[in-house]
Amino acid sequence: MTEWTQKHLLDLDDVSRDEIELVIETARSFKEVSAREVKKVPALRGKTVALLFFEPSTRTRVSFELAAKRLSADTLSIAASASSVTKGESVLDTALNIEAMNVDAMVVRHQASGVPQILAQGTKTVIINAGDGCRAHPTQALLDVFTMVDKLGPLDGKKVVIVGDILHSRVARSNISALLTMGAHVVVCGPSTLMPCGVEGLGVEVTTRIDRALDGADVVMALRMQKERQNELFLPSITEYIREFCITSERLKKARPTALVMHPGPTNRGVEIAADVADGAQSVILEQVTNGIAVRMAVLYLLLGRKTE
Amino acid sequence: MPTAQKIMDPDQVRRALTRIAHEILERNKGVEDICLVGIRTRGAVLAARLKRAIEQIEGKPVNCGILDINLYRDDLTLISHQPAVRETLIDFDITGKAVILVDDVLFTGRTIRAALDALVDLGRPSCIQLAVLIDRGHRELPIRADFVGKNIPTARTQDVRVRLVESDGVDDDVVVEERRSV
Repeated sequence: MTEWTQKHLLDLDDVSRDEIELVIETARSFKEVSAREVKKVPALRGKTVALLFFEPSTRTRVSFELAAKRLSADTLSIAASASSVTKGESVLDTALNIEAMNVDAMVVRHQASGVPQILAQGTKTVIINAGDGCRAHPTQALLDVFTMVDKLGPLDGKKVVIVGDILHSRVARSNISALLTMGAHVVVCGPSTLMPCGVEGLGVEVTTRIDRALDGADVVMALRMQKERQNELFLPSITEYIREFCITSERLKKARPTALVMHPGPTNRGVEIAADVADGAQSVILEQVTNGIAVRMAVLYLLLGRKTE
Repeated sequence: MPTAQKIMDPDQVRRALTRIAHEILERNKGVEDICLVGIRTRGAVLAARLKRAIEQIEGKPVNCGILDINLYRDDLTLISHQPAVRETLIDFDITGKAVILVDDVLFTGRTIRAALDALVDLGRPSCIQLAVLIDRGHRELPIRADFVGKNIPTARTQDVRVRLVESDGVDDDVVVEERRSV
């Protein structure tokens, strides 16, 4: 049986298949806890988890907060707007002050890539990355993989298609990393202006043609199209994006009839995904949200539910 | 070399479980309001065997579930080797039922304490009774078993090892041996 050995969860690049499977197995147990009348176990009683969100987020913050609470840990939530960051304090100084209050873990979301790494090096506390810039969002990818395995079984050889703004997406980056580790065949699809340079080198198939991408797919994951990108000259117009890449029920017919439709949220209905697809029988978008709590409980338990130095 | 002493063989395990099955039925006056809950891993195996024995005797079905107590341990922050958490599988309501909690070895009582906490989070049983294959003494908490397969006097420095065909792939046996130095 594998054990979790890493102190932090910063990205999934160095996380092995055994470790991802350990998270999945552990998350399965925690999913049962959330379905109970008493949705709480005492595993992390007396631990304190600080949620440092320097970038706005509702879903991820609430999910981590509920995960920590269902493990009986105490939580404190710090939003950037209300913190001393606005008074000029550096991120590391903020973290050192929180650490001085004896917290056991910090869950960090920041608009700049690499901030969780800086905190992991500069503090002694366990750091969990809740999304940094365009770099990584490990717990989102883990919950996506958990949802896929839960529905489809082992992912070896399964075709997973990620559609949208790959360039700016930390969700895509972490998912590519985890899915390749799990043996899936990953296809990324989007406008060439929103495709990172050299993405083929990771071992994924790249295409700008949606029909080709969706052909025979087991999983179709749409990413949020940030409307601001239009003004940043990455897209001629949102209308054109919709015409070329929106996941419509017509296009979805190309995928397997059993294909899962996923989205990390928040969704722009009618932009990257048609409303009837988001609400359709193949959609597991809300299950992803439910599974997110179980996966974050698993991560918190694996990182904190043992003797730490 | 640790000296191992064999305490029970497959026949003795079978007879002990048959007796416990009868004792459970006698104490609870039948199967109407009872359910079995085994503690992972070997308690769950024993609970499944007791379920079969009881159903054979009474000819009526009994609910049987599996409890994972790792999230309720009192030593999670003391041990560096983290126990793997597995699913709790109890797909029936325990409220108002007499829950027969089943484990392989009763030692310090701390596992049972954790199991009691886990059970009351799942519902409010009318009572909880404890059935164990082996009681080896050295309790650290005020807990005792209602049904015991065999009492074995042991030293703290010894290990009691239970192996069952379903979980260990070898013939049932119970062995007492000197603790292997870590």
